[in-house]
Amino acid sequence: MSRYFTEEHEWIDVEGDTATVGITDYAQEQLGDIVFVEVPDVGTMVDKGKDAAVVESVKAASDVYAPISGEVKESNAALEEDPALVNTSPEEDGWFFKLTIGDKSQLEGLMDAKAYAAFVDGL
Amino acid sequence: MRYLPLTDTDRSAMLEVIGAPDVDALFVDVPPEARLDGPIPGLPLHASEMAVEKHMRGLSKQNLAAADAPFFLGAGAYRHHVPASVDHIIQRGEFLTAYTPYQPEIAQGTLQMLFEFQSQVALLYGCAVANASMYDGSTACWEAISMASRITRRNRVVLSGALHPHYVEVVRTMAKFTGDSIADARPALQAQPDNAGLIARIDDQTASVVVQYPDILGRLPDLAEIAEAAHRHGALLVVVNTEPVALGAIKSPGELGADIVVGEGQSIGVGLQFGGPYLGLFAVRDPKHVRQMPGRLCGETVDADGKRGFVLTLSTREQHIRREKATSNICTNSGLCALAFSVHMTLLGEAGLRRLAAHNHQLACRAADVLSQVPGVTLLNPAFFNEFTVLLEGDARNIVRELADEGVLAGVSLGRLYPDLGDLAGGLLVAVTETTTEEDIHALAAALTEKLA
Amino acid sequence: MNAPNKSGWKPAMNAEGEMMAVSATYTGNRALMLDEPLIFEIGGTDTTGVDLPDIDTPASSRLGNLARTAEIGLPGLSEPETVRHYTRLSRQNYAIDLGLFPLGSCTMKHNPRLNEKVARMPGFADVHPLAPLPTIQGALGVIYELAEWLKTLTGMPAVAMSPKAGAHGELCGILAIRAALEARGDARKVVLCPESAHGTNPATAAFAGYEVEDIPATPEGRVDLAALTARLRPDVAAVMITNPNTCGLFERDFRKIADAVHAAGAFVYCDGANFNAIVGRVRPGDLGVDAMHINLHKTFSTPHGGGGPGSGPVVFSQALAPFAPLPFVERTEDGFMLVEEENLADHHRHSFGRMTAFHGQMGMFTRALTYMLSHGADGLKQVSEDAVLNANYILRSLEDVLHAPFADSGPCMHEALFGDRGFAEGMSTLDLAKGMIDEGFHPMTMYFPLVVHGAMLVEPTETESKAALDQFIGALRSVAKRAIAGDESLKSAPHFAPRRRLDETLAARKPVLAWNSPPQA
Repeated sequence: MSRYFTEEHEWIDVEGDTATVGITDYAQEQLGDIVFVEVPDVGTMVDKGKDAAVVESVKAASDVYAPISGEVKESNAALEEDPALVNTSPEEDGWFFKLTIGDKSQLEGLMDAKAYAAFVDGL
Repeated sequence: MRYLPLTDTDRSAMLEVIGAPDVDALFVDVPPEARLDGPIPGLPLHASEMAVEKHMRGLSKQNLAAADAPFFLGAGAYRHHVPASVDHIIQRGEFLTAYTPYQPEIAQGTLQMLFEFQSQVALLYGCAVANASMYDGSTACWEAISMASRITRRNRVVLSGALHPHYVEVVRTMAKFTGDSIADARPALQAQPDNAGLIARIDDQTASVVVQYPDILGRLPDLAEIAEAAHRHGALLVVVNTEPVALGAIKSPGELGADIVVGEGQSIGVGLQFGGPYLGLFAVRDPKHVRQMPGRLCGETVDADGKRGFVLTLSTREQHIRREKATSNICTNSGLCALAFSVHMTLLGEAGLRRLAAHNHQLACRAADVLSQVPGVTLLNPAFFNEFTVLLEGDARNIVRELADEGVLAGVSLGRLYPDLGDLAGGLLVAVTETTTEEDIHALAAALTEKLA
Repeated sequence: MNAPNKSGWKPAMNAEGEMMAVSATYTGNRALMLDEPLIFEIGGTDTTGVDLPDIDTPASSRLGNLARTAEIGLPGLSEPETVRHYTRLSRQNYAIDLGLFPLGSCTMKHNPRLNEKVARMPGFADVHPLAPLPTIQGALGVIYELAEWLKTLTGMPAVAMSPKAGAHGELCGILAIRAALEARGDARKVVLCPESAHGTNPATAAFAGYEVEDIPATPEGRVDLAALTARLRPDVAAVMITNPNTCGLFERDFRKIADAVHAAGAFVYCDGANFNAIVGRVRPGDLGVDAMHINLHKTFSTPHGGGGPGSGPVVFSQALAPFAPLPFVERTEDGFMLVEEENLADHHRHSFGRMTAFHGQMGMFTRALTYMLSHGADGLKQVSEDAVLNANYILRSLEDVLHAPFADSGPCMHEALFGDRGFAEGMSTLDLAKGMIDEGFHPMTMYFPLVVHGAMLVEPTETESKAALDQFIGALRSVAKRAIAGDESLKSAPHFAPRRRLDETLAARKPVLAWNSPPQA
């Protein structure tokens, strides 16, 4: 399994044809207390770089973009009951959705953990 | 000028602090072509309180107030008795001159009132959640349609033929710009609402089915079978109510399967006011739909000491945060009218509302019986709450005008509402409330008898 | 002179005669600070505060099979209990009647009580919107007279009176623009708004089917004319600009902007929320505006009522006037008439339609007209001059302690803008605002406009005395110094309000939006 990062602060785990997407610890820190997460319905086709989910704090709503294109296979039902998972476990239990990867070449150009850490340091 | 506290001495002292020679220097950024030498021409100069009151009283006197005539108008705006304490409370400066409660620590009065209001509306409509109000029933109706289209991701709207024609016009206007397709129908002078015709127009592309209850002719459509048909096609049922007092006597829309219930709340606490400000009510039966609702919502929480308090919440739906992705552009709503509604509803309570409704219905039954005895008058609908349609042998609109000259405000003619539909010209909507007396009913019957002879 | 206290008892003394803090009362109240339960906790479904005939199911019921059987659950209170409940609630509110209410872009000015008296005259308050026209000539006269005032004050030839509030007025203006473009077969797709715009602007444009793009601003806080002109390609339908803008500055180049927009075949929408700064002194029509809404609840003193009702008439240029919505009032030889759907063809066939049932906010029209007649043309000019004077007085009295990002851009108009630069680490605009609550003031608008970090937008309005301004300035100076010094007690302010900071996260995570009876024990 390998993990990639985007400049919009999403992470993406790739395992075979399936990818899991969430937002990074840095992103949740910036957003503050998460009060609501809107995840895409199963079967939705998401496009790389287009909004796929919404994450809300009390005073802000932010779009979460699909790091790559694909079809949504599963979304994290636990977030509906407990959106705070995004704060407490952003890069594990607080994942947003899983998708079937349409085109693996879209992973090229995403950052690895080291590159992302450097990117965040530069902000 | 009595509303301006600054004196010339103050102004000079303040200009000195600012470092400006005169007030014109503060308007230096106004381009020369837009500068004026003095007061804008063509307008009078300031006037005393006494003089202004006299002028306005003169205009007021040119109107025939409802209290000064036998009065039977309805069609979406109803005259009810509003207890004196309602007006007293809404004139308290702490309510009247407060802003939207964005600072909850010093706005608990308005916030708790809104929480109580939302709870009252939800109960009345048989719904889970109501918002903190919309402009009026007609705009709430459009917002409900728009919300249903967002939820179903469809854009076909089926309107009942007996939806208030002004509401239909608002929907048509807005749909021209949003691209929703409207399947509407014209009203027909039948004793029963045309449920079968309405259900036949629902298909698998339908986002919402919009039904008025009681409808524009005063009839009582059975919502349950419409709800069943709408849900079978994956559409949402939007129920519009323009007379909340009715819900003290008839089943709530939520109980009958409505998904979104909207309406005009003016009957409770607000008064006629020539059409505005009124009070849009908006509620949903399924709490899952809350995040697609338009407008403000007030919710319960605790403060830093653990004391119960209230705040505006789920604001990320709204324009000031979501901007172009907001559920609606509404900002200011009808806060003070919501207060008037809530105070009046608290004075009534369940027992009072039910008695008020029963009293309205009984008087309406009495009026229907008396008017049915007039030669040339036929009662259209056997079932109604406090408003019904009669068919006159003659043009009802002309008759209403002639009766107004004689000091009788006879009702709303269908010709006034549907000027293009000649076959409705004999129809007259008659509304009866607790403010109607036996003498009023007989005055109307006598006037109609004479006119139709 | 007080009688001597022979017992020697002091209110905050324990049994041993030691001084102690009074921390709790039996009721939880503190003298005049009274908590109040919900009506659901004190009312009963069998209690009522109105007298009505006792009618059970009427013998002649004609409700078909729809008669209500289930209980509704609405609590009732007697009249004395009702009056007390709402009076107690009212005392937990801040309001203009209590003090200066400096919410920027909200124009919280004094609400004259003559307005309230007039609105309640039976000829206005007790008139049905569908009454026969000969019986409502005075009501139509009010609408007509107010329309004439609005046209004259703005120098614009037409006005739509029916919009229910500012945002509804914005929608009215943008729909008229879209109708005008469609009438000439011109399907433009984009509306330009500055980043500093009110949120209603982009929300409105999106609702009307437009894509929204930002207009760039200059470092001095005004629209960047060159950048705007470059963006004025044929896909642009309209430009929405607030003037004076949300940074409190007059858009010096407004006329040039309007000329450029018109040359590109687009329209100028002006957000009139800040009209109070220029009313009676500048006519927007002289600046090339095509449509502008006027918040009667701001400039013309109709009460905000804790969030409405408002009223948002829209003035139109000659180019847009034919597309204005229904209904409106016309004067004929026989008196006033209403133009509605039925007589559209003769009068107004290009109208884009109806935006609301009936004729608009009559109760606000009577109040606004009363206000205008009271002030007259001379008084209204004084209104804008005093509003601008008061704001500049605040700006210049505080710029040494609070960061004023546009202080060098010239005089401000009716509101003064500050930012949080210079605050101690960890201190925010929110903390300062909550500190102002303890000082007995409603805070200013916070975090708006978005273009200034930690923005504080202060609009005093013209109805404040110099003494009130001086006290406000002193309080703000004191709290600002605490924020700069890093006074930790500000982080937990307010300390003296009916409630301390409320948990908004809890409210949003687990929404409780209606009362539910607690589970039975």
